[in-house]
Amino acid sequence: MELYQKTIHEIASDLKAKKVSSVELTKATMAHLKAVEPKVQSFITVTEEVALAQAAEADKRLASGSNLTPLTGVPLGIKDLLCTKGVQTTCASKMLEGFKPPYNATVVDRLNAAGAIMVGKTNMDEFAMGSSTETSYYQKTKNPWNLSCVPGGSSGGSASCVSADQAFGSLGSDTGGSIRQPAALCGIVGLKPTYGRISRYGLIAFASSLDQIGPMTKDVEDCALMMNVIAGHDEKDSTSANVAVPDYTVEMKKSIKGLKIGIPKEFFPEGMNPEVTAATKKAIDQLKSLGAEVHEISLPHSPYSLAAYYVLAPSEASSNLARYDGVRYGLRVPGENIVEMYSKTRAAGFGPEVKRRIMLGTYALSSGYYDAYYLKALKVRRLIKQDYDQAFEKVDVIVTPTVPNPAFKFGEKTDNPLTMYLEDIFTISINIAGVPALSLPCGLSKTDLPIGLQIIGKPFDEGTLLKAAYAYEQSTDWHRRKPTLKES
Amino acid sequence: MALSEKDVQYVAKLARLEVTEQEVAKYTQQLGNILGYIEEMGKLDTANVEPLTHPLDMKNVFREDVVKPSLTQAEVLSNGPEVQSGHFKVPKIM
Repeated sequence: MELYQKTIHEIASDLKAKKVSSVELTKATMAHLKAVEPKVQSFITVTEEVALAQAAEADKRLASGSNLTPLTGVPLGIKDLLCTKGVQTTCASKMLEGFKPPYNATVVDRLNAAGAIMVGKTNMDEFAMGSSTETSYYQKTKNPWNLSCVPGGSSGGSASCVSADQAFGSLGSDTGGSIRQPAALCGIVGLKPTYGRISRYGLIAFASSLDQIGPMTKDVEDCALMMNVIAGHDEKDSTSANVAVPDYTVEMKKSIKGLKIGIPKEFFPEGMNPEVTAATKKAIDQLKSLGAEVHEISLPHSPYSLAAYYVLAPSEASSNLARYDGVRYGLRVPGENIVEMYSKTRAAGFGPEVKRRIMLGTYALSSGYYDAYYLKALKVRRLIKQDYDQAFEKVDVIVTPTVPNPAFKFGEKTDNPLTMYLEDIFTISINIAGVPALSLPCGLSKTDLPIGLQIIGKPFDEGTLLKAAYAYEQSTDWHRRKPTLKES
Repeated sequence: MALSEKDVQYVAKLARLEVTEQEVAKYTQQLGNILGYIEEMGKLDTANVEPLTHPLDMKNVFREDVVKPSLTQAEVLSNGPEVQSGHFKVPKIM
Protein backbone atom coordinates (compact mmCIF):
# COMPACT_ATOMS: atom_id res chain seq x y z
CA MET A 1 0.00 0.00 0.00
CA GLU A 2 1.25 3.48 -0.91
CA LEU A 3 1.56 6.05 1.88
CA TYR A 4 -1.05 8.32 0.34
CA GLN A 5 -3.62 5.51 0.34
CA LYS A 6 -3.69 5.30 4.12
CA THR A 7 -6.27 6.87 6.42
CA ILE A 8 -5.54 9.80 8.75
CA HIS A 9 -5.40 7.54 11.82
CA GLU A 10 -3.02 5.14 10.08
CA ILE A 11 -0.66 7.82 8.78
CA ALA A 12 -0.79 9.72 12.11
CA SER A 13 0.70 6.72 13.89
CA ASP A 14 3.40 6.39 11.16
CA LEU A 15 4.27 10.08 11.60
CA LYS A 16 4.34 9.80 15.38
CA ALA A 17 6.55 6.68 15.20
CA LYS A 18 8.83 8.60 12.77
CA LYS A 19 8.43 5.94 10.07
CA VAL A 20 7.94 8.85 7.68
CA SER A 21 8.38 12.62 7.97
CA SER A 22 5.67 15.07 7.07
CA VAL A 23 7.85 16.52 4.29
CA GLU A 24 8.32 13.04 2.77
CA LEU A 25 4.61 12.32 3.12
CA THR A 26 3.61 15.68 1.66
CA LYS A 27 5.97 15.21 -1.31
CA ALA A 28 4.62 11.70 -1.97
CA THR A 29 1.02 12.90 -1.70
CA MET A 30 1.74 15.92 -3.93
CA ALA A 31 3.38 13.69 -6.58
CA HIS A 32 0.31 11.42 -6.64
CA LEU A 33 -2.03 14.43 -6.56
CA LYS A 34 -0.37 15.88 -9.65
CA ALA A 35 -0.21 12.53 -11.44
CA VAL A 36 -3.98 11.93 -11.24
CA GLU A 37 -5.10 15.57 -11.33
CA PRO A 38 -5.34 15.76 -15.16
CA LYS A 39 -7.94 12.97 -14.96
CA VAL A 40 -9.87 13.97 -11.83
CA GLN A 41 -9.45 17.79 -11.65
CA SER A 42 -10.28 18.11 -7.95
CA PHE A 43 -8.40 21.36 -7.33
CA ILE A 44 -8.83 24.95 -8.47
CA THR A 45 -5.54 25.85 -6.77
CA VAL A 46 -2.77 23.45 -5.73
CA THR A 47 -0.80 24.98 -2.84
CA GLU A 48 2.47 23.08 -3.02
CA GLU A 49 4.64 25.85 -1.53
CA VAL A 50 2.31 26.38 1.41
CA ALA A 51 2.10 22.61 1.95
CA LEU A 52 5.86 22.09 2.01
CA ALA A 53 6.41 25.01 4.40
CA GLN A 54 3.69 23.67 6.71
CA ALA A 55 5.20 20.17 6.49
CA ALA A 56 8.62 21.47 7.56
CA GLU A 57 6.95 23.13 10.58
CA ALA A 58 5.03 19.93 11.35
CA ASP A 59 8.28 17.96 11.28
CA LYS A 60 9.75 20.26 13.94
CA ARG A 61 6.70 19.59 16.06
CA LEU A 62 6.90 15.84 15.42
CA ALA A 63 10.61 15.83 16.30
CA SER A 64 9.93 17.56 19.61
CA GLY A 65 7.13 15.09 20.32
CA SER A 66 5.06 17.72 22.09
CA ASN A 67 1.83 19.45 21.13
CA LEU A 68 1.00 16.70 18.60
CA THR A 69 -2.50 16.06 17.27
CA PRO A 70 -3.64 13.25 14.94
CA LEU A 71 -3.68 15.88 12.14
CA THR A 72 -0.09 17.06 12.68
CA GLY A 73 1.73 16.65 9.38
CA VAL A 74 -1.31 15.27 7.49
CA PRO A 75 -2.17 16.66 3.99
CA LEU A 76 -5.78 17.88 3.57
CA GLY A 77 -7.88 19.62 0.92
CA ILE A 78 -9.93 22.78 1.63
CA LYS A 79 -13.11 23.70 -0.25
CA ASP A 80 -12.58 26.89 -2.21
CA LEU A 81 -15.24 28.82 -0.29
CA LEU A 82 -13.24 28.83 2.94
CA CYS A 83 -11.05 31.89 3.28
CA THR A 84 -7.32 31.15 3.31
CA LYS A 85 -5.08 34.09 4.06
CA GLY A 86 -3.09 35.13 1.00
CA VAL A 87 -4.24 32.07 -1.01
CA GLN A 88 -6.73 32.58 -3.85
CA THR A 89 -10.31 31.77 -2.77
CA THR A 90 -12.75 31.80 -5.69
CA CYS A 91 -15.99 30.01 -4.71
CA ALA A 92 -15.51 28.52 -8.22
CA SER A 93 -16.79 31.85 -9.59
CA LYS A 94 -15.38 34.22 -12.15
CA MET A 95 -16.58 36.91 -9.71
CA LEU A 96 -13.81 36.05 -7.22
CA GLU A 97 -11.00 35.10 -9.61
CA GLY A 98 -7.75 36.24 -7.99
CA PHE A 99 -9.37 37.10 -4.65
CA LYS A 100 -6.85 36.63 -1.83
CA PRO A 101 -8.53 36.85 1.57
CA PRO A 102 -6.71 38.94 4.21
CA TYR A 103 -7.66 36.41 6.92
CA ASN A 104 -8.30 32.70 7.53
CA ALA A 105 -11.63 31.04 8.21
CA THR A 106 -11.73 29.84 11.83
CA VAL A 107 -11.77 26.18 10.69
CA VAL A 108 -8.62 26.84 8.66
CA ASP A 109 -6.97 28.46 11.70
CA ARG A 110 -7.92 25.42 13.77
CA LEU A 111 -6.46 22.98 11.22
CA ASN A 112 -3.30 25.10 11.10
CA ALA A 113 -3.05 25.13 14.89
CA ALA A 114 -3.37 21.32 14.85
CA GLY A 115 -0.45 21.16 12.39
CA ALA A 116 -2.41 19.99 9.34
CA ILE A 117 -1.06 20.54 5.80
CA MET A 118 -3.12 22.25 3.05
CA VAL A 119 -2.47 20.69 -0.38
CA GLY A 120 -4.98 22.82 -2.25
CA LYS A 121 -8.34 24.52 -2.67
CA THR A 122 -10.96 22.16 -4.05
CA ASN A 123 -13.38 22.68 -6.92
CA MET A 124 -17.08 23.12 -6.26
CA ASP A 125 -20.31 24.32 -7.81
CA GLU A 126 -20.22 28.10 -8.18
CA PHE A 127 -21.03 29.65 -4.77
CA ALA A 128 -21.99 26.07 -3.71
CA MET A 129 -25.10 26.15 -5.90
CA GLY A 130 -25.42 22.77 -7.54
CA SER A 131 -25.26 19.01 -7.07
CA SER A 132 -22.65 17.99 -9.64
CA THR A 133 -19.80 20.56 -9.51
CA GLU A 134 -20.67 21.29 -13.17
CA THR A 135 -21.52 24.93 -12.40
CA SER A 136 -17.87 25.70 -11.53
CA TYR A 137 -16.49 28.48 -13.72
CA TYR A 138 -13.08 26.77 -13.81
CA GLN A 139 -13.30 23.06 -14.60
CA LYS A 140 -15.32 19.87 -14.41
CA THR A 141 -14.29 17.53 -11.60
CA LYS A 142 -14.62 13.83 -12.48
CA ASN A 143 -15.87 11.00 -10.29
CA PRO A 144 -12.83 8.77 -9.53
CA TRP A 145 -15.08 5.67 -9.79
CA ASN A 146 -16.03 6.53 -13.36
CA LEU A 147 -14.51 9.54 -15.09
CA SER A 148 -17.56 10.07 -17.29
CA CYS A 149 -19.71 10.61 -14.18
CA VAL A 150 -20.05 13.66 -11.93
CA PRO A 151 -18.58 13.58 -8.42
CA GLY A 152 -21.72 15.19 -6.98
CA GLY A 153 -21.74 18.62 -5.46
CA SER A 154 -21.39 21.18 -4.41
CA SER A 155 -18.29 19.85 -2.53
CA GLY A 156 -17.32 17.72 -5.56
CA GLY A 157 -13.59 18.44 -5.45
CA SER A 158 -13.46 17.84 -1.69
CA ALA A 159 -15.04 14.41 -2.30
CA SER A 160 -13.02 13.40 -5.37
CA CYS A 161 -9.66 14.38 -3.84
CA VAL A 162 -10.26 12.10 -0.84
CA SER A 163 -11.67 9.28 -2.96
CA ALA A 164 -8.68 9.46 -5.36
CA ASP A 165 -6.17 9.64 -2.44
CA GLN A 166 -5.02 13.15 -3.40
CA ALA A 167 -5.55 14.16 0.23
CA PHE A 168 -6.18 12.26 3.46
CA GLY A 169 -9.32 14.23 4.20
CA SER A 170 -10.95 17.53 3.32
CA LEU A 171 -13.34 20.21 4.45
CA GLY A 172 -16.61 20.71 2.61
CA SER A 173 -19.76 22.69 3.27
CA ASP A 174 -23.38 21.57 3.17
CA THR A 175 -26.43 23.80 2.61
CA GLY A 176 -28.83 21.15 1.26
CA GLY A 177 -26.65 18.05 0.84
CA SER A 178 -23.38 19.46 -0.50
CA ILE A 179 -21.18 17.30 1.77
CA ARG A 180 -23.30 14.15 1.98
CA GLN A 181 -24.35 13.79 -1.67
CA PRO A 182 -20.80 13.99 -3.14
CA ALA A 183 -19.53 11.79 -0.29
CA ALA A 184 -22.13 9.19 -1.29
CA LEU A 185 -21.36 9.47 -5.00
CA CYS A 186 -17.59 9.19 -4.44
CA GLY A 187 -17.72 6.41 -1.81
CA ILE A 188 -16.38 8.32 1.20
CA VAL A 189 -17.62 9.52 4.60
CA GLY A 190 -19.11 13.02 4.87
CA LEU A 191 -20.63 14.68 7.93
CA LYS A 192 -22.88 17.71 8.04
CA PRO A 193 -22.75 18.65 11.73
CA THR A 194 -25.55 20.33 13.67
CA TYR A 195 -26.25 23.94 12.73
CA GLY A 196 -24.02 25.91 15.14
CA ARG A 197 -21.60 23.08 15.93
CA ILE A 198 -18.78 24.56 13.83
CA SER A 199 -17.78 28.18 13.35
CA ARG A 200 -18.56 29.60 9.94
CA TYR A 201 -16.35 32.66 10.32
CA GLY A 202 -14.57 32.95 6.97
CA LEU A 203 -16.99 30.64 5.13
CA ILE A 204 -18.25 32.58 2.10
CA ALA A 205 -21.99 32.59 2.76
CA PHE A 206 -24.63 31.02 0.50
CA ALA A 207 -27.72 30.58 2.76
CA SER A 208 -26.86 31.56 6.29
CA SER A 209 -29.63 29.73 8.14
CA LEU A 210 -28.66 26.46 6.40
CA ASP A 211 -24.88 26.47 5.67
CA GLN A 212 -22.63 24.23 7.74
CA ILE A 213 -18.97 23.17 7.40
CA GLY A 214 -17.98 19.54 7.87
CA PRO A 215 -15.31 16.87 7.31
CA MET A 216 -15.03 14.51 4.32
CA THR A 217 -12.86 11.49 5.01
CA LYS A 218 -11.89 7.93 4.07
CA ASP A 219 -13.51 6.40 7.15
CA VAL A 220 -15.53 7.18 10.26
CA GLU A 221 -12.58 7.35 12.65
CA ASP A 222 -10.98 10.05 10.46
CA CYS A 223 -14.25 11.96 10.54
CA ALA A 224 -14.21 11.85 14.37
CA LEU A 225 -10.58 13.03 14.40
CA MET A 226 -11.33 16.03 12.19
CA MET A 227 -14.44 16.88 14.23
CA ASN A 228 -12.34 16.91 17.40
CA VAL A 229 -10.26 19.71 15.86
CA ILE A 230 -12.89 21.86 14.11
CA ALA A 231 -15.98 21.64 16.37
CA GLY A 232 -16.77 24.16 19.09
CA HIS A 233 -17.84 27.70 19.86
CA ASP A 234 -16.13 30.69 18.26
CA GLU A 235 -16.74 34.24 19.42
CA LYS A 236 -16.24 35.44 15.82
CA ASP A 237 -19.41 33.56 14.74
CA SER A 238 -22.44 34.56 16.78
CA THR A 239 -24.40 31.60 15.33
CA SER A 240 -21.88 29.07 16.65
CA ALA A 241 -23.30 27.38 19.72
CA ASN A 242 -21.69 27.30 23.13
CA VAL A 243 -22.22 23.57 23.63
CA ALA A 244 -19.51 21.26 25.03
CA VAL A 245 -17.65 19.12 22.45
CA PRO A 246 -17.03 15.49 23.46
CA ASP A 247 -14.04 13.42 22.28
CA TYR A 248 -15.69 11.90 19.22
CA THR A 249 -13.17 9.05 18.99
CA VAL A 250 -14.40 7.90 22.42
CA GLU A 251 -18.09 8.38 21.59
CA MET A 252 -17.63 6.51 18.31
CA LYS A 253 -16.48 3.31 20.01
CA LYS A 254 -19.45 2.93 22.37
CA SER A 255 -21.83 0.00 21.88
CA ILE A 256 -24.93 0.28 19.68
CA LYS A 257 -26.79 -2.46 21.58
CA GLY A 258 -30.34 -1.22 22.03
CA LEU A 259 -29.81 1.85 19.82
CA LYS A 260 -33.21 2.85 18.44
CA ILE A 261 -33.13 3.39 14.68
CA GLY A 262 -36.05 5.02 12.86
CA ILE A 263 -36.80 4.23 9.22
CA PRO A 264 -39.00 6.97 7.70
CA LYS A 265 -41.37 5.51 5.12
CA GLU A 266 -41.29 8.74 3.07
CA PHE A 267 -37.65 8.05 2.14
CA PHE A 268 -38.48 4.81 0.33
CA PRO A 269 -40.89 5.99 -2.37
CA GLU A 270 -42.36 3.73 -5.05
CA GLY A 271 -40.15 3.43 -8.09
CA MET A 272 -36.87 4.26 -6.34
CA ASN A 273 -33.66 2.85 -7.78
CA PRO A 274 -33.77 -0.86 -6.75
CA GLU A 275 -30.01 -1.08 -6.13
CA VAL A 276 -30.13 1.88 -3.73
CA THR A 277 -33.18 0.45 -1.95
CA ALA A 278 -31.54 -2.99 -1.63
CA ALA A 279 -28.21 -1.62 -0.33
CA THR A 280 -30.00 0.59 2.22
CA LYS A 281 -32.20 -2.27 3.47
CA LYS A 282 -29.20 -4.56 3.75
CA ALA A 283 -27.38 -1.94 5.81
CA ILE A 284 -30.40 -1.58 8.11
CA ASP A 285 -30.43 -5.38 8.59
CA GLN A 286 -26.72 -5.23 9.38
CA LEU A 287 -27.30 -2.56 12.06
CA LYS A 288 -30.06 -4.76 13.48
CA SER A 289 -27.74 -7.75 13.65
CA LEU A 290 -25.28 -5.55 15.55
CA GLY A 291 -27.87 -4.99 18.27
CA ALA A 292 -29.88 -1.97 17.10
CA GLU A 293 -33.68 -1.87 17.31
CA VAL A 294 -35.46 -0.85 14.11
CA HIS A 295 -38.71 1.15 14.17
CA GLU A 296 -40.78 2.40 11.27
CA ILE A 297 -41.44 6.13 11.66
CA SER A 298 -42.94 8.95 9.61
CA LEU A 299 -41.63 12.41 8.71
CA PRO A 300 -44.91 13.46 7.07
CA HIS A 301 -43.83 16.91 5.86
CA SER A 302 -40.59 15.80 4.21
CA PRO A 303 -42.17 15.72 0.72
CA TYR A 304 -42.47 19.53 1.03
CA SER A 305 -38.86 20.14 2.05
CA LEU A 306 -37.49 20.65 -1.46
CA ALA A 307 -40.16 23.26 -2.24
CA ALA A 308 -39.49 25.12 1.03
CA TYR A 309 -35.74 24.94 0.43
CA TYR A 310 -36.02 26.49 -3.04
CA VAL A 311 -37.66 29.51 -1.44
CA LEU A 312 -35.48 29.81 1.67
CA ALA A 313 -32.02 29.14 0.18
CA PRO A 314 -32.39 31.42 -2.89
CA SER A 315 -33.92 34.16 -0.72
CA GLU A 316 -30.96 34.11 1.63
CA ALA A 317 -28.56 33.82 -1.32
CA SER A 318 -30.06 36.85 -3.07
CA SER A 319 -29.28 38.85 0.04
CA ASN A 320 -25.84 37.34 0.73
CA LEU A 321 -24.66 37.72 -2.86
CA ALA A 322 -25.66 41.38 -3.01
CA ARG A 323 -22.15 42.06 -1.70
CA TYR A 324 -20.62 41.23 -5.10
CA ASP A 325 -20.94 44.70 -6.53
CA GLY A 326 -17.48 45.35 -7.97
CA VAL A 327 -16.53 47.75 -5.18
CA ARG A 328 -14.45 46.04 -2.48
CA TYR A 329 -13.19 42.82 -4.09
CA GLY A 330 -13.58 40.62 -7.13
CA LEU A 331 -14.53 41.47 -10.66
CA ARG A 332 -15.47 44.96 -11.83
CA VAL A 333 -16.89 45.77 -15.26
CA PRO A 334 -16.87 49.54 -15.87
CA GLY A 335 -20.13 51.45 -16.31
CA GLU A 336 -21.28 55.01 -16.91
CA ASN A 337 -22.73 55.25 -13.42
CA ILE A 338 -22.71 53.07 -10.34
CA VAL A 339 -25.89 51.11 -11.06
CA GLU A 340 -24.68 50.27 -14.55
CA MET A 341 -21.33 49.18 -13.07
CA TYR A 342 -23.15 46.91 -10.57
CA SER A 343 -25.41 45.37 -13.21
CA LYS A 344 -22.65 44.76 -15.75
CA THR A 345 -20.30 43.36 -13.11
CA ARG A 346 -22.89 40.93 -11.79
CA ALA A 347 -23.98 39.90 -15.30
CA ALA A 348 -20.37 39.08 -16.23
CA GLY A 349 -19.25 37.61 -12.91
CA PHE A 350 -22.05 35.14 -12.08
CA GLY A 351 -22.89 31.96 -14.00
CA PRO A 352 -26.42 30.91 -15.03
CA GLU A 353 -27.30 28.84 -11.93
CA VAL A 354 -26.24 31.61 -9.55
CA LYS A 355 -28.26 34.17 -11.53
CA ARG A 356 -31.26 31.85 -11.53
CA ARG A 357 -31.19 31.52 -7.75
CA ILE A 358 -30.59 35.22 -7.15
CA MET A 359 -33.63 36.03 -9.28
CA LEU A 360 -35.74 33.33 -7.63
CA GLY A 361 -34.86 34.67 -4.18
CA THR A 362 -35.36 38.30 -5.20
CA TYR A 363 -38.80 37.36 -6.56
CA ALA A 364 -39.78 35.43 -3.41
CA LEU A 365 -38.83 38.39 -1.23
CA SER A 366 -40.35 41.08 -3.45
CA SER A 367 -43.36 43.14 -2.51
CA GLY A 368 -46.60 41.24 -3.10
CA TYR A 369 -45.03 37.77 -3.13
CA TYR A 370 -43.35 37.66 0.29
CA ASP A 371 -46.33 36.10 2.12
CA ALA A 372 -47.08 33.52 -0.56
CA TYR A 373 -43.51 32.30 -0.85
CA TYR A 374 -41.09 33.32 1.90
CA LEU A 375 -43.49 33.40 4.86
CA LYS A 376 -45.15 30.18 3.68
CA ALA A 377 -41.75 28.46 3.45
CA LEU A 378 -40.85 29.57 6.99
CA LYS A 379 -44.09 27.99 8.25
CA VAL A 380 -43.37 24.77 6.36
CA ARG A 381 -39.90 24.91 7.92
CA ARG A 382 -41.46 24.73 11.39
CA LEU A 383 -43.57 21.72 10.38
CA ILE A 384 -40.47 19.91 9.06
CA LYS A 385 -38.53 20.72 12.24
CA GLN A 386 -41.44 19.45 14.36
CA ASP A 387 -41.42 16.15 12.42
CA TYR A 388 -37.80 15.61 13.48
CA ASP A 389 -38.46 16.71 17.10
CA GLN A 390 -41.30 14.21 17.35
CA ALA A 391 -39.34 11.39 15.69
CA PHE A 392 -36.42 11.90 18.07
CA GLU A 393 -38.74 11.42 21.04
CA LYS A 394 -39.03 7.80 19.88
CA VAL A 395 -35.70 6.99 18.22
CA ASP A 396 -31.98 7.85 18.63
CA VAL A 397 -31.04 8.06 14.94
CA ILE A 398 -32.83 7.91 11.59
CA VAL A 399 -31.47 5.90 8.67
CA THR A 400 -32.22 6.59 4.97
CA PRO A 401 -30.49 6.45 1.60
CA THR A 402 -28.31 9.58 1.05
CA VAL A 403 -29.19 10.01 -2.63
CA PRO A 404 -31.92 8.36 -4.76
CA ASN A 405 -29.42 7.17 -7.40
CA PRO A 406 -25.67 6.57 -7.89
CA ALA A 407 -23.53 9.10 -9.80
CA PHE A 408 -24.91 10.35 -13.13
CA LYS A 409 -23.19 11.33 -16.37
CA PHE A 410 -22.01 14.85 -17.25
CA GLY A 411 -24.72 16.99 -18.84
CA GLU A 412 -27.51 14.61 -17.84
CA LYS A 413 -29.27 17.07 -15.54
CA THR A 414 -27.97 20.47 -16.67
CA ASP A 415 -30.80 21.32 -19.09
CA ASN A 416 -33.58 21.15 -16.55
CA PRO A 417 -32.68 22.73 -13.18
CA LEU A 418 -35.52 20.91 -11.40
CA THR A 419 -34.10 17.44 -12.16
CA MET A 420 -30.80 18.56 -10.61
CA TYR A 421 -32.61 19.91 -7.53
CA LEU A 422 -34.27 16.50 -7.04
CA GLU A 423 -30.80 15.02 -6.37
CA ASP A 424 -31.05 16.52 -2.88
CA ILE A 425 -34.49 15.18 -2.01
CA PHE A 426 -33.21 13.01 0.88
CA THR A 427 -30.63 15.44 2.25
CA ILE A 428 -32.41 18.79 2.19
CA SER A 429 -34.85 18.47 5.12
CA ILE A 430 -31.89 17.92 7.45
CA ASN A 431 -30.55 21.43 6.77
CA ILE A 432 -34.03 22.89 7.15
CA ALA A 433 -34.30 21.27 10.61
CA GLY A 434 -30.65 22.05 11.49
CA VAL A 435 -29.93 18.50 12.68
CA PRO A 436 -26.68 16.58 11.96
CA ALA A 437 -26.39 13.82 9.36
CA LEU A 438 -23.63 11.68 7.93
CA SER A 439 -23.21 9.68 4.74
CA LEU A 440 -21.03 6.58 4.56
CA PRO A 441 -20.49 3.94 1.87
CA CYS A 442 -22.93 0.98 2.01
CA GLY A 443 -22.55 -0.69 -1.36
CA LEU A 444 -21.63 -0.55 -5.02
CA SER A 445 -23.98 -0.63 -7.99
CA LYS A 446 -23.63 -3.27 -10.73
CA THR A 447 -21.62 -0.70 -12.68
CA ASP A 448 -19.27 -0.13 -9.72
CA LEU A 449 -20.62 3.18 -8.53
CA PRO A 450 -20.79 3.86 -4.77
CA ILE A 451 -24.06 3.97 -2.81
CA GLY A 452 -24.34 6.04 0.38
CA LEU A 453 -26.21 5.43 3.63
CA GLN A 454 -27.45 8.49 5.52
CA ILE A 455 -27.66 8.51 9.32
CA ILE A 456 -29.47 11.47 10.87
CA GLY A 457 -29.13 12.46 14.54
CA LYS A 458 -30.46 14.70 17.27
CA PRO A 459 -29.08 18.25 17.52
CA PHE A 460 -25.51 18.23 18.93
CA ASP A 461 -25.54 14.43 19.10
CA GLU A 462 -22.87 13.79 16.44
CA GLY A 463 -21.37 11.29 18.90
CA THR A 464 -24.30 8.88 18.49
CA LEU A 465 -24.22 9.35 14.72
CA LEU A 466 -20.54 8.44 14.60
CA LYS A 467 -21.15 5.49 16.93
CA ALA A 468 -23.79 4.00 14.61
CA ALA A 469 -21.64 4.71 11.56
CA TYR A 470 -18.51 3.22 13.13
CA ALA A 471 -20.29 0.03 14.24
CA TYR A 472 -21.66 -0.47 10.73
CA GLU A 473 -18.40 0.39 9.00
CA GLN A 474 -16.35 -1.99 11.16
CA SER A 475 -18.63 -4.86 10.16
CA THR A 476 -18.29 -4.18 6.40
CA ASP A 477 -15.46 -3.39 4.00
CA TRP A 478 -17.12 -0.85 1.68
CA HIS A 479 -14.87 1.91 3.02
CA ARG A 480 -11.76 -0.03 1.93
CA ARG A 481 -12.81 -0.21 -1.74
CA LYS A 482 -10.76 2.05 -3.98
CA PRO A 483 -11.79 3.65 -7.28
CA THR A 484 -9.87 2.77 -10.44
CA LEU A 485 -10.13 6.09 -12.35
CA LYS A 486 -11.62 4.22 -15.28
CA GLU A 487 -13.41 5.73 -18.25
CA SER A 488 -16.71 4.01 -18.94
CA MET B 1 -49.10 32.60 -10.27
CA ALA B 2 -47.76 32.65 -13.83
CA LEU B 3 -44.45 34.41 -14.32
CA SER B 4 -44.21 36.87 -17.23
CA GLU B 5 -41.18 38.20 -19.08
CA LYS B 6 -41.97 41.57 -17.54
CA ASP B 7 -41.71 40.03 -14.05
CA VAL B 8 -38.30 38.58 -14.90
CA GLN B 9 -37.08 41.94 -16.23
CA TYR B 10 -38.31 43.64 -13.05
CA VAL B 11 -36.66 41.06 -10.77
CA ALA B 12 -33.38 41.29 -12.72
CA LYS B 13 -33.45 45.06 -12.23
CA LEU B 14 -34.04 44.67 -8.48
CA ALA B 15 -31.16 42.16 -8.33
CA ARG B 16 -28.85 44.46 -10.34
CA LEU B 17 -28.34 41.88 -13.07
CA GLU B 18 -28.11 42.99 -16.68
CA VAL B 19 -29.97 40.38 -18.77
CA THR B 20 -30.27 39.81 -22.51
CA GLU B 21 -33.58 39.12 -24.29
CA GLN B 22 -32.61 35.45 -24.69
CA GLU B 23 -31.87 35.20 -20.97
CA VAL B 24 -35.23 36.75 -20.12
CA ALA B 25 -37.01 34.16 -22.26
CA LYS B 26 -35.00 31.28 -20.75
CA TYR B 27 -35.39 32.42 -17.16
CA THR B 28 -39.12 33.08 -17.58
CA GLN B 29 -39.61 29.46 -18.56
CA GLN B 30 -37.18 27.94 -16.02
CA LEU B 31 -38.24 30.08 -13.06
CA GLY B 32 -41.89 29.44 -13.97
CA ASN B 33 -41.28 25.69 -13.72
CA ILE B 34 -39.51 26.01 -10.39
CA LEU B 35 -42.25 28.27 -8.98
CA GLY B 36 -44.84 25.73 -10.13
CA TYR B 37 -43.03 23.11 -8.07
CA ILE B 38 -42.69 25.45 -5.09
CA GLU B 39 -46.44 26.11 -5.10
CA GLU B 40 -46.91 22.49 -3.94
CA MET B 41 -46.52 24.05 -0.48
CA GLY B 42 -49.94 25.60 -0.97
CA LYS B 43 -51.48 22.17 -0.29
CA LEU B 44 -50.42 22.44 3.35
CA ASP B 45 -52.67 24.26 5.78
CA THR B 46 -50.34 26.55 7.71
CA ALA B 47 -52.94 28.98 9.06
CA ASN B 48 -52.01 28.22 12.68
CA VAL B 49 -48.27 27.63 12.21
CA GLU B 50 -45.69 30.13 13.45
CA PRO B 51 -42.86 30.83 10.99
CA LEU B 52 -39.42 29.43 11.91
CA THR B 53 -36.50 31.58 10.75
CA HIS B 54 -33.65 29.73 12.40
CA PRO B 55 -33.14 26.09 13.39
CA LEU B 56 -31.56 26.83 16.77
CA ASP B 57 -33.22 28.44 19.71
CA MET B 58 -30.85 31.41 19.89
CA LYS B 59 -30.99 34.87 21.33
CA ASN B 60 -29.00 37.96 20.45
CA VAL B 61 -25.36 37.52 21.27
CA PHE B 62 -23.73 40.47 23.00
CA ARG B 63 -20.12 41.20 23.88
CA GLU B 64 -18.30 43.97 25.70
CA ASP B 65 -17.62 46.99 23.51
CA VAL B 66 -13.84 46.60 23.58
CA VAL B 67 -11.48 47.32 20.68
CA LYS B 68 -9.60 44.22 19.53
CA PRO B 69 -6.97 43.72 16.82
CA SER B 70 -8.52 43.90 13.34
CA LEU B 71 -7.47 44.21 9.70
CA THR B 72 -5.35 47.19 8.65
CA GLN B 73 -6.63 49.66 6.08
CA ALA B 74 -4.08 48.31 3.56
CA GLU B 75 -5.35 44.74 4.05
CA VAL B 76 -8.96 45.79 3.66
CA LEU B 77 -8.18 47.67 0.44
CA SER B 78 -5.87 44.97 -0.94
CA ASN B 79 -8.54 43.29 -3.10
CA GLY B 80 -10.26 46.46 -4.28
CA PRO B 81 -10.66 46.71 -8.07
CA GLU B 82 -9.97 50.46 -7.93
CA VAL B 83 -8.41 52.14 -4.91
CA GLN B 84 -7.30 55.72 -4.40
CA SER B 85 -6.01 57.63 -1.35
CA GLY B 86 -7.14 54.97 1.09
CA HIS B 87 -10.62 54.67 -0.42
CA PHE B 88 -12.53 52.35 -2.77
CA LYS B 89 -13.19 54.34 -5.93
CA VAL B 90 -16.54 53.98 -7.74
CA PRO B 91 -18.15 55.58 -10.80
CA LYS B 92 -20.32 58.63 -10.27
CA ILE B 93 -23.31 58.05 -8.02
CA MET B 94 -25.32 61.23 -8.69
